Amino acid sequence: MREFLEQSIQPYFNYWVYVILMMIGLWATIAKNNLIKKLIGMSIFQTAIILFYVSVGVKKDSKIPIIPHQVEEHHAAEDGNHAGGHGEHGAKRVTEKHVIEPDKFANPLPHVLMLTAIVVGVSTLGVALAVVQMLFKEFGTLEEDEILAQIKTADSASLDV
Amino acid sequence: MKWIALIAVTLTGSLLLVGVGDFPEWGDAHSAANEGPKLESGEQIATAVSQSFLTDTDELTQVPNVVTAVLADYRGYDTMFETVVIFAAGLAIFAILRVFGGDEVKPMRAPEDDTFCEGDHSRIIIGTTCKLLIPIIQLFALYVIAHGHHSPGGGFQGGVIMGASFILLAIARDLKSALDWFSEKTFMRLASVGILIYAGFGVLCQFFERNFLDYGALKTVMFSSEQMARSYAMLGVEIGVAFTVTAIMFAIYANLSSRGELKQGL
Amino acid sequence: MIPIFDYILLIFLIVAAVISLKVKDLLSASMVFGIYSFLICLLWAEMGAVDVAFTEAAVGAGVSAVFLIATVYNTKRRSSD
Repeated sequence: MREFLEQSIQPYFNYWVYVILMMIGLWATIAKNNLIKKLIGMSIFQTAIILFYVSVGVKKDSKIPIIPHQVEEHHAAEDGNHAGGHGEHGAKRVTEKHVIEPDKFANPLPHVLMLTAIVVGVSTLGVALAVVQMLFKEFGTLEEDEILAQIKTADSASLDV
Repeated sequence: MKWIALIAVTLTGSLLLVGVGDFPEWGDAHSAANEGPKLESGEQIATAVSQSFLTDTDELTQVPNVVTAVLADYRGYDTMFETVVIFAAGLAIFAILRVFGGDEVKPMRAPEDDTFCEGDHSRIIIGTTCKLLIPIIQLFALYVIAHGHHSPGGGFQGGVIMGASFILLAIARDLKSALDWFSEKTFMRLASVGILIYAGFGVLCQFFERNFLDYGALKTVMFSSEQMARSYAMLGVEIGVAFTVTAIMFAIYANLSSRGELKQGL
Repeated sequence: MIPIFDYILLIFLIVAAVISLKVKDLLSASMVFGIYSFLICLLWAEMGAVDVAFTEAAVGAGVSAVFLIATVYNTKRRSSD
């Protein structure tokens, strides 16, 4: 048990939680009766996927992906010592440009993809809520089974006529 | 229904949990996602594109915040159509709540639900607080938009904060006074102008015989080097995104809270 | 090694998700969903994804909770499950 905890859960706890959140979201989207609860479940599902992407991009002991300027200072130093040793300074600049180690900064690509996903998520949530409001105006309820029953009775009434 | 859902959820969940063991460990800097795919022997096949984002962004664009640079420059098309999606969502809400909404006005809320508004005595405190807070929030939103290159932030975040300040006005006073400030005509125009700014930067690049959204072409217009032209063009593009997001966030709130009538809000 | 802070946030995340789906009052459910969004925003700030955290704080915890509350206000507050 302890071995299982240390080997399968500890390094992968983020992924375990993403799967659990995804299951909660999927279950709510399918099985919940209330439409707003369904939408909350959908949002939880979405954040679970975002959690997965961001967890993949994490690097241990890394900084946030904002890299301060280094080139400008070298320009200043170069201008100051312009008279002597131009070639030497140029060479130094080139070597120091490569100082940026990618392992020291978090992976920016998942962040970009997920940033746009969040904003699109909220606009789709807005559209879904508008549809929910229209359904409420039409049927006077937010419960899925009551809406389905009303549609069924309306259908059979129209068939009888 | 519940049983089918339970079976589907457990099936998907267990399949995903089986796959969890194959993911890279948390914080592994040398995983395939961070460094590129590898052979079994450890030999690198290709370098991940995120590596070059980190190493080259400063040199190519002079933008410290790599996320903003990738968002607005490397993946410019993506962000542009992202903005279009938000605009389309705003239009969809108009279409759903207005056109198909009919014109029958009847109070929908059941009487036992009427516990939201307590009375007018709290309005004074809330109104004064919001009067003090809203300018600060808007100033912060502008800072977030303008400083998106050097710190976390950018068009999306700043736009949402700006839209939230108008939503706060609508909640604290009423929807009508917020709409006097920022009427429907204004915000739909603003949303369109935002997309036009974004696309305009792309088309402007084409006038200089470069590709769509290749901001380096703008160096003659911006009177600067190619790198700084990219940086400035990113700022312009972010402002366009911020316009659209501000307008659409407020539009969605105004329509949702008043059932599309824009008369009486929350 | 995942930091302890991470574990605490992840466990609270599951708790908040379950509560927001279990509460029968939809206004409370929207508020708990706002709390959920804020917790996940903290988690992302801790993982180094500052831009995502900023967006989530503005969008998830701020605006989407307001949208949900606006809809609940215009419809019904009680839910059967």
